[in-house]
Amino acid sequence: MSRILPPTTALTEPYWEGCKAGELKLQRCTACGKHQFYPRTLCSHCSAATLEWISACGAGTVASFTVVRRGISDAYPAPYIVALVDLAEGPRMMSNIVDAEPEQVFVGATVAVDFSAWSEDISLPVFRLTDNGVIS
Amino acid sequence: MANQGLRGEVAIVGAADTAVGKLPGRTPAELCVEAAVAAMADAGIDKSQVDGLVTCNAMAQPMLYHAEAIAEYLQIFPRYCISVGAGGGTTFSILHHAASAIVTGMADVILISMADSMRSGLTREQAMLVQSSTGHPQFEQPYGPTVPAYYALIAQAHMAQYGTTESQFAEIAVAARAWAARNPAAQMRELITVEDVLASRMIADPLHLLDCSLVSDGGSAIIMTSAERARDFPHDPVYLLGAGEGHSHEHISQAHDLTTSAARESGARAYAMAGVGPGDMDLAQLYDCFTPTVLVELEDLGFCDKGEGGAFAESGALRPGGSLPVNTHGGLLSHCHPGNPGSMFALTESVWQLRHSAGERQVADAELALVHAQGGIMSSHTTLILGRDR
Repeated sequence: MSRILPPTTALTEPYWEGCKAGELKLQRCTACGKHQFYPRTLCSHCSAATLEWISACGAGTVASFTVVRRGISDAYPAPYIVALVDLAEGPRMMSNIVDAEPEQVFVGATVAVDFSAWSEDISLPVFRLTDNGVIS
Repeated sequence: MANQGLRGEVAIVGAADTAVGKLPGRTPAELCVEAAVAAMADAGIDKSQVDGLVTCNAMAQPMLYHAEAIAEYLQIFPRYCISVGAGGGTTFSILHHAASAIVTGMADVILISMADSMRSGLTREQAMLVQSSTGHPQFEQPYGPTVPAYYALIAQAHMAQYGTTESQFAEIAVAARAWAARNPAAQMRELITVEDVLASRMIADPLHLLDCSLVSDGGSAIIMTSAERARDFPHDPVYLLGAGEGHSHEHISQAHDLTTSAARESGARAYAMAGVGPGDMDLAQLYDCFTPTVLVELEDLGFCDKGEGGAFAESGALRPGGSLPVNTHGGLLSHCHPGNPGSMFALTESVWQLRHSAGERQVADAELALVHAQGGIMSSHTTLILGRDR
């Protein structure tokens, strides 16, 4: 059994290409200047269609997390950490916190993006704790 | 503006559940039909009197045109016929719509019947698919979140923001079980303690096994008609006094607030329509797929202040004899949870409570009940207020 692969679309292609190249791509609205995630055909803040792709800095904080003790399938060996990460640019995304013990993770912990290959073609953004999660 | 148009306009005149729990060899359609026939019998009507039918699809037996298939099975020929799917919110959002259908003359007598066989009817592959197909296909599912994990994210955020504890979540499961112990129909009736909940195995931190609802087979149905007609039925009518909805997101990663839900809006709209407030309720049936769901609903529906849900539950308020009886049938945590039809059982229980026929678990002199369901991951909320009097 393999891990779940995202069904990519033409719209989200730049995001997934970015992941493969080690960059977290976000949409930014040139009308209102705000960032959004997930990618859309229009700005979720002001409804303008003038969106550009930018590279996020990769820094974030943990908005919430859980340690999954019963995995979704054999391809997801438990325990693993599912988290909601607030990116420095504003948007929130779901991800995994990797290479951390469950007890090291807390709401508000600082994290940085990394990329993990889910298949030959698809890499996913995942996050690692920075400085043990505490802002220095 | 609050819509007061539906206040007191319709009533529930029939209610019935099938047996619940593990019912191997029974298809969801058979359970749906059994519940429907029992609800019609409870209302004292013949199937020819039903001119509206509402169902929800069954995960264990999906059909392209579910309501039509059930109508065909029953050989009824409604002029209002619809199957709906809004997760756990399905039951009450469609009750809201069906009430409008009666008021606008689309139907006179509506049968709402729902059933599924989540316990016996799903193959392992189907069960896995149900789990993994919840969540955004591109931006959530690949990370392997489980359904308990989504609610754990809410619980963890609430703990961080308000200091809520695992023991306080556990108390909600303990209260549900105390009610179920008084309900012969409930799937799990053995009393449990907070320690039992905390000692049960961790599923997704901070949720233990006993913080999670059951997986069940079962069906449930009600009959609804206009308040005018309702007086001609054998049982005391239970009137719909308020209804309100709130919809904030589908995917939890898109929720603007993890610890405050659109129950705040659905509740405010229902209270406004009914002209009552949380303090007027004799009991509340709150959607309890996981214990933190109840805690957030208690706050957002105004039964306690924001952040005080943990302390409120810990006070014993939800238990038999408490200040706010919650989930008097045992809820999804201890009575049964057959998937989308789950909150039907909270509705039929409310009918029995307001008819004063709930036996050992009867809340004395119950006049007003709030019933609330949510679907998705705290996404779609519907609040209903039911009463003995118009």
